[in-house]
Amino acid sequence: MIEVKDISKHYGRKVVLDGVDLQFPIGKITSLIGSNGAGKSTLLSIVSRLLAQDGGVVMVDGKNVTDYKNKVLAQRLSILKQSNHVRLKLTVRELVSFGRFPYSQDKLTDEDNEKVDRAIHFLDLEDIKDAYIDELSGGQKQRAYMAMVVAQDTDYVLLDEPLNNLDMKHSVQTMKTLRRLADEWKKTIIIVLHDINFASHYSDYIVALKDGKVKYCDTTDNIINEKVLEDVFDIKISVTEFNSKKVCNYFM
Amino acid sequence: MRTLILTLVLLVCAVVSLFVGVADISMALISISRIPRTVALILAGVGMSISGVIMQQMTQNKFVAPTTAGTLEAAKMGLLIFLIFIPTAGAALKMLFAFLFTFIASLIFLAIVRKIRYRNVVFVPLVGLMFGGIIGSISTFFAVRMNIVQDTNAWMMGDFSGILQGRYELIYLSLPAIIITYLYANKFTVVGMGEDFSRNLGLNYRAIMNIGLFCVSLTVSAVVITAGAIPFLGLIVPNVVSLLFGDNLKKTLPLVALSGAIFLLLCDIVGRIVIYPYEVPIGVTVSIIGAIIFLILIIRKR
Repeated sequence: MIEVKDISKHYGRKVVLDGVDLQFPIGKITSLIGSNGAGKSTLLSIVSRLLAQDGGVVMVDGKNVTDYKNKVLAQRLSILKQSNHVRLKLTVRELVSFGRFPYSQDKLTDEDNEKVDRAIHFLDLEDIKDAYIDELSGGQKQRAYMAMVVAQDTDYVLLDEPLNNLDMKHSVQTMKTLRRLADEWKKTIIIVLHDINFASHYSDYIVALKDGKVKYCDTTDNIINEKVLEDVFDIKISVTEFNSKKVCNYFM
Repeated sequence: MRTLILTLVLLVCAVVSLFVGVADISMALISISRIPRTVALILAGVGMSISGVIMQQMTQNKFVAPTTAGTLEAAKMGLLIFLIFIPTAGAALKMLFAFLFTFIASLIFLAIVRKIRYRNVVFVPLVGLMFGGIIGSISTFFAVRMNIVQDTNAWMMGDFSGILQGRYELIYLSLPAIIITYLYANKFTVVGMGEDFSRNLGLNYRAIMNIGLFCVSLTVSAVVITAGAIPFLGLIVPNVVSLLFGDNLKKTLPLVALSGAIFLLLCDIVGRIVIYPYEVPIGVTVSIIGAIIFLILIIRKR
């Protein structure tokens, strides 16, 4: 389990995170929501040790992340950031193979190759596995990166705005893939989302951040509520039920 | 397969390189002058092009190379300081000076690149060229003061005609750097994906960056000391290989190394034939051929 205790972070005088305490349930999808600048991405970067916090600790399976060896932590926890733009000319399969880097640095074992193939199959990339990633469309690229994370085969998968720059079809596809990772592969997924409806439809739990603090942290059903959302986003949002799923309308 | 073909081409070029030239061929000539020259050419070609690849991975920029990052100027400055203060000390100390200056300059350049918010592909090498310009002009200032401008200019123009047995052996120092690079190929590919990506994969980013800096500095200073600066090599060879075969270093590094050696041998052979029985310094041939290929690359990228 990932636990976050009293995390704080500031840039200069500006406080970005202020005493954040959280626990992320295993095998579930937890979405981080909130306005721009609420501290969602910063929190995700700190949890994944890409960024150092100014105070507090992050525990992974009961152990402080700073006490982990790089390699060992990379076998437990992976992060995919929106800014992960690789400029290298690699084929899809080569990229996905690097997901096995934490396990066998240079020589891939049969087990590694098997996991790579499984990841490629899981994200339906067989047809383009020998194509160079710089020649792919946005949606295909996103799938290739996700395949790499799948091949990394970590218990915890963190994603920073994975739906950025994706059209509706590919956004839905991405969320369905994550859902399958949680349900079938028992992965714990933490994800930063902007579109409240995607959070409502696909996540189990939602954490709402506001001004660097955890404002709400509850099941999706309890968070997707007109009062709560208005408090988080400072705009009027109406929630209606449609096919037993809650839909938010904020075009008012 | 490709590696095999390139190895054969390299062997042919090496043999031609051994026998091209003026004097009658004798065993003594071959062992004193020709073999050292060919070996130096091969090592310099491999070393400079591999240094280019590493620098491109470390900065995530295809246009960064010893020529465009002030690395060559720094090595030259090291030599100059050596010549001014302890001209009579041995070759090992000379090497150390060149190495230290190259290493420090590369550190500064990387720090500058890190600070640049606007990481445009062309902007970074432009900053590098300016950085090199500053180092170069400081060197020139002191060289003028000490009346050794001619010497320093000679270093800047790569030339293998002066290479003789007993005066080129320092270039073997680039060999360990080349081997390390080969062993770390996969790690350098990961570094080229960026710091966040490297950390996600559990790579000690800083450590690999330092190893890369060490290898580049060692190779470049060894080459500059023995043969002088060879421009463009670290830029063109990696870029052409990348265009044709991608960036998975595990796969492409041998191709880069072999192509670098072949390219330099060919330039040397051309330089020795064009105005036979005289010789065009290799820096000139490499610059001309290199600049043309580089222009084509830039235009094609658009």
